Amino acid sequence: MLPPLQSISERIQQAENISAEEKDFFIKAIKEADKANYMVQFKLERIEKDRHTLSVMLQETIEDLQKKSLAIEETNKALTTTLEELKATQAQLIQSEKMASLGELTAGIAHEIQNPLNFVNNFSEVSNELIDEMNEAIKNGNTEDAQAIAAEIKMSLEKINFHGKRADGIVKSMLQHSRTSTGKKEPTDINALADEYLRLAYHGMRAKEKSFNALMKTDFDESIGFVKVMSQDIGRVVLNLITNAFYAVNEKKKLHPNGYEPTVTVITKKEKDKIEIKVKDNGTGIPQKALDKIFQPFFTTKPTGQGTGLGLSLSYDIVTKSHGGEIKVDTKDGEYTSFSIILPL
Amino acid sequence: MKILVVDDEKDVQVLFEQRFRKEIRNKEMEFAFAYSGEDALKYLKDMHEAVLILSDINMPGMSGLELLRHIKEKHHEPPPVVMMITAYGDADNYNTAMKLGADDFLTKPLEFSLLKEKLKAIP
Repeated sequence: MLPPLQSISERIQQAENISAEEKDFFIKAIKEADKANYMVQFKLERIEKDRHTLSVMLQETIEDLQKKSLAIEETNKALTTTLEELKATQAQLIQSEKMASLGELTAGIAHEIQNPLNFVNNFSEVSNELIDEMNEAIKNGNTEDAQAIAAEIKMSLEKINFHGKRADGIVKSMLQHSRTSTGKKEPTDINALADEYLRLAYHGMRAKEKSFNALMKTDFDESIGFVKVMSQDIGRVVLNLITNAFYAVNEKKKLHPNGYEPTVTVITKKEKDKIEIKVKDNGTGIPQKALDKIFQPFFTTKPTGQGTGLGLSLSYDIVTKSHGGEIKVDTKDGEYTSFSIILPL
Repeated sequence: MKILVVDDEKDVQVLFEQRFRKEIRNKEMEFAFAYSGEDALKYLKDMHEAVLILSDINMPGMSGLELLRHIKEKHHEPPPVVMMITAYGDADNYNTAMKLGADDFLTKPLEFSLLKEKLKAIP
């Protein structure tokens, strides 16, 4: 019993003016009070224990959270680094896609340069022989013949000049293709660009697959003239579409070796406030389930190692983001595909 | 001797006319030109007198090899002499040309002196 309650009980026991009955009543009440107090005391102790446990747990939780927050911070840092690396890799991928398309062209370019070079060599040899003949004619006093031969020499020299410039143009465009885009829009002869890439892609395909052949058709709107575009980038888009078209007709030719005439058509058209470059083929077409994905990066239907899956995705970005244009596709599985680049003027 | 030259490069005509100017002047040789396999077939259908055909293998549309097959399979007897000319002198092209009955196989750049000798050796 609590000491104060103990002393109260003793006083009550000793008191003479209280009846025994009342004493019993008081003592009993005091005992009950003491019991109740004991219970409260007990509960208090238990609560105190709980509180202590809780505070310890809380402390642990706080420490745990601090650790976790630190870990998150580190993960964040790592993610930022990864993101930067990804961006760098993406830039590298764009460059390698460019180089891959250039690689596909190498054989075509070599062939395209070889032809004018053969003319340059041949016509210079012819000119040399003609000069000997002209000297002979002059020696014999045959002025008329000498003049006729001189005219032929002049024509040969014009041919040399023409084919020299042709080779020069091819080398220049190859260099331009491999350079990083300037990001500047320059006046570009759209028809010449389309024609050039059509020839290069054809010879590139030809060199890769000996059996390849296709009819190339062009329908150019001569009123287009020069249009301000990022020429290297648009060149890459056109090249990509033409290369895809040749691939599609070649695949179809493999399925139908007889009675099928592979045809790739390039059409340009000028309208009031826009131009359109269309690349059409009568190849394998695009199945519906692939159609939704063709502009997604890394989507390719080509066998592993043959396509980067970046061609159309990059083309899409170039046309829509860099030029504010549209790229549209119309296709029928097994029959044809037609891609249109629409650029605002 | 009548010679049909088939090549998609148009300046081949000017070149041949210069390279063979003496033979043309002396009427030893006569040249005709076609810029595609299709054109060549049309020419041969209309006039049958070409005796020698020099054909580029690598042409858009009908290739030189297809042209060769058409000429050797369908043309009147005796079939004309066909020399193939190509920038791609690989074994595949060579074997196909020979199998289809090509009489000769030359690679670009053409050695005109060699070609002249070969032409003069044809009876």
